[in-house]
Amino acid sequence: MFRYLLRRAALTLPTFVALMFVTFVAIRLVPGDPVEVRTGERGISPERLAQFRHELGLDQPIWKQFLDYVWGILHGDFGTSLVTNEKVLTEFATLFPATIELSLAAMIFAVAIGVPAGTIAAVKRGSPFDHTVMGASVIGFSMPIFWWGLLLIMLVSERWGLTPVSGRIDLIKFYLEPTTGFLLIDSLMSDQEGAFVSALHHLVLPTIVLGTIPLAVIARITRSSMLEVLNEDYVRTARAKGLSPMRVIGLHALRNALIPVITSIGLQIGTLLAGAVLTETIFSWPGVGKWLIEGIGRRDYPALQGGIMLISSIVIIVNLSVDVLYGAINPRLRHGR
Amino acid sequence: MKRTFTTGAATLLAMLAVGVTAAEAKTLVYCSEGSPENFTPALNTTGTTFDAARPVFNQLVEFARGSTTVVPGLAEKWEVSADGKTITFHLRKGVKWHSGINGFKPSRDFNADDVLFSFNRQWKADHPYHKISGGKYDYFADMDMPALLESIEKKGDLTVVMKLKEPNAPIMANLAMDFGTIQSAEYADMLQKAGKLEQFDQIPVGTGPFQFVAYQKDAVIRYKAFAGYWGEKAKIDDLVFAITPDPTARLAKLKKGECHVMIAPRPADLAEIKADANLNLMSAPGLNIAYWAFNLTKPPMDNKKIRQAFASAIDKAAILKEVYQGAGQSAKNLIPPTIWSYNDKIQDYKYDPEAAKKLIAESGVATPIKIDLWWMPVQRPYNPNAKRIAEMMQADLAKIGVEAELKSYEWGEYRKRMQAGEHITGQLGWTGDNGDPDNFFFLIGCNAEGKPAGQNLSKWCNKDFNDKLAKARSLADIKERTKLYEEMQVIAREEVPQFTIAHSVVFEPTRKEVEGWKISPFGRHEFHGVGLK
Amino acid sequence: MAADVESTLVAQAGPKGPFADFWDSFSENRGAVAGLVLLTLIAGLAIFADFVAPYSPIEQFREFSKAPPVWEDGGTWKFILGTDALGRDMLSRLIHGARVSLFIGMSVMVVSVSIGIVLGLVAAFAGGLVDTLIMRVMDLIIAVPSLVLAILVVAILGPSLTNTIVAVTVVYLPRYVRLVRASALSEIGKDYVVASRTIGVGKLRLMFVTVLPNCLAPLIVQAALGVSDAILEAAALGFLGLGAQPPIPEWGSMLADSREFIRSDPWIVTLPGLAILFTVVSINLMGDGLRDAFDPKLKRS
Repeated sequence: MFRYLLRRAALTLPTFVALMFVTFVAIRLVPGDPVEVRTGERGISPERLAQFRHELGLDQPIWKQFLDYVWGILHGDFGTSLVTNEKVLTEFATLFPATIELSLAAMIFAVAIGVPAGTIAAVKRGSPFDHTVMGASVIGFSMPIFWWGLLLIMLVSERWGLTPVSGRIDLIKFYLEPTTGFLLIDSLMSDQEGAFVSALHHLVLPTIVLGTIPLAVIARITRSSMLEVLNEDYVRTARAKGLSPMRVIGLHALRNALIPVITSIGLQIGTLLAGAVLTETIFSWPGVGKWLIEGIGRRDYPALQGGIMLISSIVIIVNLSVDVLYGAINPRLRHGR
Repeated sequence: MKRTFTTGAATLLAMLAVGVTAAEAKTLVYCSEGSPENFTPALNTTGTTFDAARPVFNQLVEFARGSTTVVPGLAEKWEVSADGKTITFHLRKGVKWHSGINGFKPSRDFNADDVLFSFNRQWKADHPYHKISGGKYDYFADMDMPALLESIEKKGDLTVVMKLKEPNAPIMANLAMDFGTIQSAEYADMLQKAGKLEQFDQIPVGTGPFQFVAYQKDAVIRYKAFAGYWGEKAKIDDLVFAITPDPTARLAKLKKGECHVMIAPRPADLAEIKADANLNLMSAPGLNIAYWAFNLTKPPMDNKKIRQAFASAIDKAAILKEVYQGAGQSAKNLIPPTIWSYNDKIQDYKYDPEAAKKLIAESGVATPIKIDLWWMPVQRPYNPNAKRIAEMMQADLAKIGVEAELKSYEWGEYRKRMQAGEHITGQLGWTGDNGDPDNFFFLIGCNAEGKPAGQNLSKWCNKDFNDKLAKARSLADIKERTKLYEEMQVIAREEVPQFTIAHSVVFEPTRKEVEGWKISPFGRHEFHGVGLK
Repeated sequence: MAADVESTLVAQAGPKGPFADFWDSFSENRGAVAGLVLLTLIAGLAIFADFVAPYSPIEQFREFSKAPPVWEDGGTWKFILGTDALGRDMLSRLIHGARVSLFIGMSVMVVSVSIGIVLGLVAAFAGGLVDTLIMRVMDLIIAVPSLVLAILVVAILGPSLTNTIVAVTVVYLPRYVRLVRASALSEIGKDYVVASRTIGVGKLRLMFVTVLPNCLAPLIVQAALGVSDAILEAAALGFLGLGAQPPIPEWGSMLADSREFIRSDPWIVTLPGLAILFTVVSINLMGDGLRDAFDPKLKRS
C-alpha cells in the first residue's frame, strides 16, 4: 500500500515541474505589461517605464526570471504581487478560505439534496418523481451558471428581497476579526449575536448557484449506481429474505452505491473551482477565483503564476488522494493497473 | 501561548465594547468599487485608492469639499515671494497623529519633519522609503515636481520653505492633490527600526478626521472617527467601505439600506433611483471628455474633408441617449463647459449623413473607405461603454460608405499601441486634474520641434494651434489666456483632429438619511462633514 | 466499459441490423427524442437564419431601442422578443446567435475529437515514454481550472471567435485523449487485434481501421455531450468579454452586454440565457439517449 502511494506521488512530481514551467511561460506570452496597465490615460515616459521594469526585474533574461521563480517556490516564496506589493502566498491565504467556504457549502448542498433525490429516484424508477429528478438534473447541468446567478439575484434578492445581493456578511452590524477566514466559524466564535445567521444568509444564493451543477451530477450518478446495486444478487437476496425495503436500501445498497458518488465528488473539485471563478465574479465573493480574473486584467504576473500554481497543485493533490482512497477501498483496482 | 491568549482576550473585549456602543453609534457605509492598492496616495493613481486613504489623511493645502477651491489644510497660511520661486508654509499647531493598529503610539504632534519626510520619500531616490511598496510616484512625476523643486527645508518646527526652479502658478492646486498627503515621520522611523517598512503603506497613520481600523481585501475597510482631530469633528462614529464591484449589487444594497452612499450607478438604473423615495440622486458635470481620435498620419484621415464628413456622419445625440442614457452632455469642444475659456459660440457639426456623403465625394477618396475603429475594453469615468459607442459609429459610418473594423486590445496594450499610432481611428478620453484649461489642451499639442505629445493620439501638429498653446501657458493673465484658448477651439472645430463625443455627468445616489453630501468635481468621495439623520 | 459496449453491440446485431436496433432503443427514450427534435429545430434556425430572422442581426433601429417583447406592456409585433440597447431585434440576434454557438460547439468537438483520437491512439499503441508524456500533459491541462485555462489562452491569443474555439478545444482535449486511450488499451489485447497483428497488418491500419471503430461508441456519446459543454464554456468566455467580438451576436456576450439592464429591462438579459439553456439541454437529452442506446446494460437493469 505504502509503495503504491509513493509511486503515485512520484508520478505527479514531473507534473508539478511542468506546471511551474507552463504557467511561467504562458503568463509571459500574454500581451501587455504590468507597468503599462496601471498608468491609465496618463501614459508613461519610456525612461520611467524602463526604470520600473528594471526594478520589477522584468528586464532580466527570461531564463533568469524562471530560475528565480523556481528558486523562490522551492523556498516557499511565490513572489510578490505587482499591484498590492503583498506576498502572493499571503494574498492567496487570505482569499482562499472564502473560496473553500463557498465550495464546501456548494458540495454539501449538492450531496445533501442529490444523494436522497437520486436514491429515491432509483428506488421508484419510472415514477413521476424519477422523471422530475432526471428532468431537473438535465436542466441543472446544462445551466449557464453566470446567467443562473444573475437570474437568482434578480428574482430572489431584488424582486422578493429574500437574500442579500452580495458579500459575505452584513457589514453595518458585524465586524469580525478574520481568525480562520471561514466566516461561518469566525462568526460562531465571536460573541456577536446574529453574525452567524447573517453569514449563512449571505452564503445561500452563491451556494445554490455553485452547487447546481454538482447537484445535478450527483443526483444522476447516485441514481444510476443505485440502480446497478439494486440489481445485484445480494440485494435481491436480502429482499427475498424479506428484509424491509428501507433496511435494504439504507444498509446494503446505499453504502455500495456511494463509492462512485464519492469518486465523482473528488473529481469535481476542479469543476467547482472553475465554477467558483464565475460565481465569485457575480456575487462579489472575495475569493481566489475573482482574484485570478482580476490578475489577468492587471497583468499581475507573480499573482497569476502563484495563484494558478497553488490552485492547480490543490487539484492535483485532491485527485491523487481520491485515487489513492479509491485504491484503498477497492484493491482490485490497485493491482489491476 | 499566553501572549496569544491575552491579545485574544483584548480583541474580545474590544469587540464587546463595539457591541455595546453599536446601538447608538452612527455608522455610514459607502459601497465602493474596488480594493485599494495600499493606503499611501503618493504611490497610486486610482480614485478607488485615493478615496480609501483620504479619510485618514490631510495635505498642506486642500480642495474645499465639493469644489476646486484651494483652502488651508495642515498649513495654516503660506506666503509666496515676489519672484514666485519661494513658498513659505506656516504649519498648524497642535495637530495630533492617530495611533496605529499595529501598536504605534505618537509621542509628538505634527511638525515640519513630517512634511519633509512625505515629499522627500517621493523625491529622493536614496530615501529609505523611496523604493518601498513598488516605489512609483506617478503623480509627483507627472506634475513635474522633480524638475520644478529646488529644495524643501524646515525653518523651525512649524515652518517649511519650498524653493522652486521657476515660478509655477498651479503649484498650490497641485499640492492639494492626493500625492501631497502628509504622513508621519515618527511612524516611519518606528517601522524602520522594526524592519517592517512595508507596513507603512498597509496600515495608515494620519492626522485626518477618521482613524483606520481594519482592512480586508475585496471585502471591507473600516474607520472610526478620530476624537483628537484638529478641525471640525466627524459627524459619524464609524465609516465603512463595503467593497462591491458590481454596480447592480451596489444599487440593490443601497436600496435595502445595506449602504448609504454608492459610487458609479449604471446609467440604466438612474430612472429607478430617481423614483425611489428613500434615495437622493445628485449630479454634477464631470471634469472630463470622451473623444474619437483620427490618426492624421494615416490615410484617409489626413484628408480634412474626410474628418469633417465623419463628424457629420455620427449621430451624437443617439450615442448620448443610448450609451450615456442621460448621464452625459454632448461635447463640441476640447474642454468641458465647466472650465473657464470654454467657447460656447462654437457650432457643433450637425448629424447629416447626406452632407457627409457630399464631403466624401468632394474629398476624392473612393468608397468604400476601409478604416479601423478602436474601442477600449474598460469602462472609464468619461465613457460608460466604448464598445457600444463603437458599434453605433460602425452602423452610422456604414451609411456613408465607410467600413469600420472594430478592434480592441487589453487596456495597457491598447493605450500603448494608440500612442504608437497603430490605429486609424480610436476612442479614448481624459479626466482633468486641476481645472486648468491647459490640463486639457496639452493633450493634443505638439512640442517646439513639432513632435506630438504622448497623449496626442491624432498626431495632429497645427502650428497656429501650438503657438497659441505655448503662449497661453506662459501668461498669467486669465483674460489673455481665455482669448487664446477660445481661438484654439475655433481651429479645432475647423480641422477636426478628433470627434469630441461627450462629457459625462457624475451621478451619486445617497440614502435620504445622509446629510451634507457633496459631489466633488474631481470625482472624490469625501466623508468628513457628512452626517446621518 | 468499452468491452461491455463492444459485446453488447455484437450481441445486438441481430437480423434487424445495428442501426435499426439502435434507433429502436433511442426512440424509446422520450427525453432523447424531444432533445433531438428541439436540436433539429435550433439547427434549422441556425442554418436558415438569413431567411428565418425577420431582420439583420446588426441593423440598429435606434428609435425602438430597448423595446419590450410583445407580451409585455408596450411590446409590439414588430419586434416579437423586443430589442436590445442599440435597437437591434432580439429575435434576429438570437437566431443568428444559434449559428454562432452551434458553430463553436461543433468546431470544438470536431477538432478536439480528431486530435483526441490521434493522441489517444498514439499513447495506447506507443506506450512507454510517449504514453507517459502525452498523459502527463493531459493531467496538466486537467489540473488547471477549465475556465482559468481558457481565459489564459484567450488572453494570450487575443479575443476572437477563432481563439475562443482554440481555447475551449485545449480545455476539452484531455477527456477525449483519455477516453480513446482507455478504450484502445482494452481492445489491444483482444484476439481480433492480435490476429490482425500476426497476419502483418500495418500499424496505422491497425490503429485507425481495426481498433478505432471498436472504440467509437463511448466516443460518440462523449462527443455529443462535449458539444454542449463547449457551448457553455464559450458562452462563459463571452460573458467575461473574451469571446466573439462585436457585432457578432454571440449569446454569452449578448448577456454580458446587457447585464446593466438586469433591473430596468430584464428580458434583454433573460432571453440569451434561455437560448443557451434550451440548446444545451436539448443536446444533453440527446446525448443521454445515445448513451442509453449504446450501453443498454443500464436500461435493462
